[in-house]
Amino acid sequence: MQAVYECETGNYHTFCPISCVAWLYQKIEDSFFLVIGTKTCGYFLQNAMGVMIFAEPRYAMAELEEGDISAKLNPFEELKGLCEQVKKDRNPSVIVWIGTCTTEIIKMDLEGIAQQVESALGIPIVVARANGLDYAFTQGEDQVLAAMARRCPTDPVAEEKKERAGLKTFLPFGKKEKEEPPKPAHAPLVLFGSLIDPVVNQLTLELQKQGITVSGWLPAPRFGELPPLTRDTYVVGVNPFLARTASVLSRTLQCKLITAPFPIGPDGTRAWIEAICQALGVEPMGLAEREAKIWESLAPDLAFLNGKSVFFMGDNLLEISLARFLIRCGMKVQEVGIPYLDRRYQGAEIELLERTCAEMGHPAVRIVEKPDNYYQLQRIRELSPDLVITGMAHANPLEARGYNTKWSVEFTFSQIHGFTNSHDVLRLVRKPLDRNNALNALGWEKLIQEV
Amino acid sequence: MKLAYWMYAGPAHIGTLRIASSFKNVQAIMHAPLGDDYFNVMRSMLERERNFTPVTTSVVDRKVLGRGSQDKVVDNIVRKDKEDSPDLIILTPTCTSSILQEDLQNFVARAQLSSDAAVMLADVNHYRVNELQAADRTLAQVIAFYLEKQVSLPGRTSTPSVNILGSTTLGFHNDHDIKELQKLFTDLGITVNVVAPKGCSVPDLVNLPRAWFNVAPYREIGPLAAQYLQEKYDQPYVDITPMGVVETARFIRRIQQILAEQGHIVDYEPYIRHQTYEVSQLAWFSRSIDCQNLQGKRVVVFGDTTHAAAMTKILAREMNVTVVFAGTFCKYDEQWLQQEIGQYCEEVIATDDHTRIGDMIARAEPAAIFGTQMERHIGKRLDIPCGVISAPIHIQNFPVGYRPFLGYEGTNHIADLVYNSFTLGMEDHMLEVFSGHDTKEVVTKTLTAAGELDWDAAANKELGKVPGFVRSKVKRNTEKYARDQNLSRITLEVMYAAKEAAGA
Repeated sequence: MQAVYECETGNYHTFCPISCVAWLYQKIEDSFFLVIGTKTCGYFLQNAMGVMIFAEPRYAMAELEEGDISAKLNPFEELKGLCEQVKKDRNPSVIVWIGTCTTEIIKMDLEGIAQQVESALGIPIVVARANGLDYAFTQGEDQVLAAMARRCPTDPVAEEKKERAGLKTFLPFGKKEKEEPPKPAHAPLVLFGSLIDPVVNQLTLELQKQGITVSGWLPAPRFGELPPLTRDTYVVGVNPFLARTASVLSRTLQCKLITAPFPIGPDGTRAWIEAICQALGVEPMGLAEREAKIWESLAPDLAFLNGKSVFFMGDNLLEISLARFLIRCGMKVQEVGIPYLDRRYQGAEIELLERTCAEMGHPAVRIVEKPDNYYQLQRIRELSPDLVITGMAHANPLEARGYNTKWSVEFTFSQIHGFTNSHDVLRLVRKPLDRNNALNALGWEKLIQEV
Repeated sequence: MKLAYWMYAGPAHIGTLRIASSFKNVQAIMHAPLGDDYFNVMRSMLERERNFTPVTTSVVDRKVLGRGSQDKVVDNIVRKDKEDSPDLIILTPTCTSSILQEDLQNFVARAQLSSDAAVMLADVNHYRVNELQAADRTLAQVIAFYLEKQVSLPGRTSTPSVNILGSTTLGFHNDHDIKELQKLFTDLGITVNVVAPKGCSVPDLVNLPRAWFNVAPYREIGPLAAQYLQEKYDQPYVDITPMGVVETARFIRRIQQILAEQGHIVDYEPYIRHQTYEVSQLAWFSRSIDCQNLQGKRVVVFGDTTHAAAMTKILAREMNVTVVFAGTFCKYDEQWLQQEIGQYCEEVIATDDHTRIGDMIARAEPAAIFGTQMERHIGKRLDIPCGVISAPIHIQNFPVGYRPFLGYEGTNHIADLVYNSFTLGMEDHMLEVFSGHDTKEVVTKTLTAAGELDWDAAANKELGKVPGFVRSKVKRNTEKYARDQNLSRITLEVMYAAKEAAGA
């Protein structure tokens, strides 16, 4: 069942890609993120993301002022000064510069300046261009990981001997003797994508059950623990928005990229593990049973969701994977809006989506790239979906008009990966329906004045 | 470039959009890259707004950047005109797109040719003014835009009438304030002619000159429009913020004077008296025995100029509280603030550097803070209570219940806020007994300074009897004293000596 593609190139709303700072600074514990942008960027992080951490945050704005814009000030001197201060105040192991729309427009040579500042201050500086001119929301993470991939050691043997002399002094645990893990029977495997620690452990264990050892994650919890990458390393993504990281890993660094559906939902997780097993030449064991067991535990949710319709307005690029899982759950997907679709990196996921549609007797899925929110609202009115998964700007107004809504960002921030968290995905999907079912008895259907 | 962790006011386009989205049936087009349009999120989430925010982003992406955005912006304006039939479409860039230095005025002129709606460009410098200044300017600009098109204007109403300027979306307790003002004018027998911008249709702006006078209760948003109307239509305006019993009375007396100047003689004194003695509880609150201990309490005030000034006056004048310093993040308005409250506090400052404020608060060790959400967090860290009195707004500043800051009902809300921010009554005596007050130096960096000092069993037991909310302060004071005296063991004697030393 081939999906129907459309590119509306419309006016749509998603969060700015600099929002990745909010979760990445927590993930990489010894990092400091410096967003080089305007007041508009800073106010976004503080206000709309609501993530400004008041006590000693590990990220800040390098706020561009009039003198910076008109090139009256020397950006090297300015950035060097700020980074010196950051180094003094917070002493991070790495400073990640986040380039924004403004640094793009004024053509600030961030990479060039970073090299100079790095050698002047002796602290690694990673540059990621997470601007809204080229990217949407979660793609910010893609930019950071793509930049960080280039900092991974490329020769694991030499690496452990040298401990990267230049960085040694900055790594608090640099001198600690590393326990030598037993060498796996297969080629090294590195997973990329930022997930919170419990989920990292869950996926690592899930692979261990198949006799597969994960040699590292990108990002690592500490900058000094980035996994070695060589031509023999297999890499696989856990998130669908990491196309550029995948391309840097496979093309620039010549790693072997495993293209797989993403580990969201029992179906996706199984397909993901199978693809990894296949690439590494490992015979999967008991996967079908494991999947069946999870489905069994989801039975009450499935009975509830079966036949209900869902409309994705498009926000975080998780849409295709979620749509595929929900179709497998028996839901009807009316539209999958998505800011950007990399058909190569998401190829296996799209294939699984189409196969799922065929098997579930679901009509071809309509995928709308760069949707136009105004036209989407008209389609929502026509289709009356049971659930709309949408960005924050439209949730309250839709809810007031009697539509059940769920914030798409909740899927970005919740644990949704792997077998273990499949239930959590469905819980998110059910919550608005359950809540509104409970309130419906009151008869308050539309909470706006009809025009 | 400057290192920024926290901003007290947003960028200019937020101010423009606050005005645009306040009016009825006005659409805004943002010429901006993806992600700059979070105003829609703020409006829909913070204010729990039920309607779609009338702001559409004409997305600037790499392609648009390459070939110029003129067609796209014009198309989007014309499209919005067809889709929603607005009265007015306001175009605004953001900090980012304003660097492109495109001729937006020309885009607007072109779009106007194919639109039924009026089209205008919000004229602000995105690197020189902040959200509040931009909002003030945009409001005046929209008003002038409509009035200057008029050939003849309506005359004044036959009975006293007023326009209220400065009602906005995403304002601090703004809806409740405006409601309270409307009630006040009803009480005063004055008809409310136009309330703008929030809830006002732009075609109704031509009725503005009908009113006898204008009020602009907020120093940040409204005064430019009021000045314009005074210059152009000879309409006097009141720029007193009716916050607190004294200032509300001054506000009403000023109105009485304005009405008299226009031949309408009224005596509002009985009304003021009635409100002060019987309706507002603030005057009585300040006199009640419970609040005797407010006297001489040391507090810090920080916020926008309107709220910082008003709150300082209330605390100092109406409650006899000592304001150690009062400040505003509206740096451009320092002089006015100095003039207004210089006599009511020990120091007036204007800065938008939150670390400086944080350090000043830590040094001052006030009994309470009245500030923004930022100061609330500073207070949390230092264990000092904080009442939030000013934007930047937060979802907590949109209470579902009625909580105005202006007018007589506002005084009651403020009294509650002050009361709940202090430890008063008998609680306060416990503090007195153990000299909780006036620790001017920070003893150690950590709040509990457990360190090498040894509390003996009796002293420890005594400390245990001190109520939890002051225990750490008593402990700190005692330890500071012990350190000064080179004592390593804290006994009951040392505790009481510390109390005496602090009292001396």
